[in-house]
Amino acid sequence: MSQIAAISDGEAGTDSAVTMVTNRTGTVERVLSIVIPIVMVLLAIAAWQTHIVVNQVPRYIMPAPLDVIRALVTDWGTLYPSLLVTLRITFSALAIALVGGVGLAIILVQSKWIELALFPFAVILQVTPMIAIAPLLLIYMPDTQSALLTCAFVVAFFPILSNMVAGLKGVDHNLLNLFELYGASRWQTLIHLKLPSAMPYFAAGLRIGGGLSLIASVVAEFAAGSAGKGAGLAFRLLESGYRLNYPRLYAALLLLMLTGVAIFALTSLISWLLLHRWHESAIKREN
Amino acid sequence: MRNVSKVFSNGTLALKDMSLDVHRGEFLSLLGPSGCGKSTALRIIAGLGAPSSGDIDWPSSKINARGLPEGDVGFVFQEPTLMPWQTVWGNVYLPLRLTGVRKGDADARIMEALSAVGLADFTKSYPRELSGGMKMRVSIARALVTKPKLLLMDEPFAALDEITRQKLNDDVLRLWRETGITVIFVTHSVFESAFLSNRIVVMRARPGQVYADLPLVTSAVRDENYRTSEEYRATTDTVSRALQEAIMRGAQAK
Repeated sequence: MSQIAAISDGEAGTDSAVTMVTNRTGTVERVLSIVIPIVMVLLAIAAWQTHIVVNQVPRYIMPAPLDVIRALVTDWGTLYPSLLVTLRITFSALAIALVGGVGLAIILVQSKWIELALFPFAVILQVTPMIAIAPLLLIYMPDTQSALLTCAFVVAFFPILSNMVAGLKGVDHNLLNLFELYGASRWQTLIHLKLPSAMPYFAAGLRIGGGLSLIASVVAEFAAGSAGKGAGLAFRLLESGYRLNYPRLYAALLLLMLTGVAIFALTSLISWLLLHRWHESAIKREN
Repeated sequence: MRNVSKVFSNGTLALKDMSLDVHRGEFLSLLGPSGCGKSTALRIIAGLGAPSSGDIDWPSSKINARGLPEGDVGFVFQEPTLMPWQTVWGNVYLPLRLTGVRKGDADARIMEALSAVGLADFTKSYPRELSGGMKMRVSIARALVTKPKLLLMDEPFAALDEITRQKLNDDVLRLWRETGITVIFVTHSVFESAFLSNRIVVMRARPGQVYADLPLVTSAVRDENYRTSEEYRATTDTVSRALQEAIMRGAQAK
């Protein structure tokens, strides 16, 4: 009521009333946009639990959600170190891929000849299925950890590289002319024009690379295998499978899934921070 | 500009032995059909792409490594050509930033340039928040911030609506009168060139050359009344006729 009173005090009229209504739908919409996904996930879990209980599915075929949570708590001592291993490999690989991808992209666009000379290697690395070279890497690398890291790096590296190359090359020609007109040096053009202009591409590469580095670190561990203290979540998955300890397998799976969601949220946040002030992809349409 | 020719890499002869003397303080319009090389000529003057033959002579003695008088040339492109990730302030700061002027020292000059185009209140806006006319104003402010002696404008208002364009024409004239700057203005609009210039150079195509050089002397104040005056109509008639002939010549050469 006080809201309505305030409006009639101010610039009253139909417009104000319309504004108020839009505001309310805005709030409702915002609440729903959070509530609906959560409710849907909870419903799915409830359906899963009901299915297990009603049909009396044995635990070694499919565990109930409650069993999974119980396993998560009781096996935390085993799962947590593995989670850390997987996280370390994933994020180190992503970090190296970011530095390497952006760095190499900057070198590649400096000259056509450098690009011609180096691009074949980048393509070969990309198109060769990583799972096929993982066993080889295991032989050539000093230890399992660095082999896994290399695999995850190779997979995350290429999308970042190719996106950055596209971004650095896709600079508005008129702006390039403008920089030339004012006598900008190569370095100034890179810092003030090419890098900012490539940010939307970088953000896309980051999001793809972030997801892929987790997938690759899991797949590489499947292919290369690991054991003991250095075992990641993928090893725990396999191990639990062999032992028919399905609740623990599902718990490991849950941790992987949460890691993936966290990486997605983090990379989305970074790209929003980079772009929200100016790029169309991060701006709500105003109509 | 003496005997300048430009051959593009695909063999097109864009300009052939074009000569043009531009006088200090002049408002010169380069008028011609599309493809007559007027934009090419302007870019060559700006040092964007060297001529295939011929020279550009500058009265100034300080010539930088790229054959341009240091900081003396401002350029306004067909498009506003703003950096979308920079605010209005940051966009106007660019020419100064590239020559190593620090933010603190640049601020007064930037605000002066923005005030001159009536955008002093929009320093923190991003280009996407501005209208087409306002973006063009930012582009003009950026060209003026180095206080150039020569302002080159390449069909700057071609994409704007008639009303915005007239408003900007008035503003450009005012800036020209206040600063005493030399302007070379490329356009394909007879009316725009007749309204703005005190000299119109009509160009023909195939090959691009000067076809007619029309001085335009008027005692009248160029304002809204001038747009509807008899004198303005006579001028546009003369210019239209010259342009028509230039187009005919170009067509015959095809």
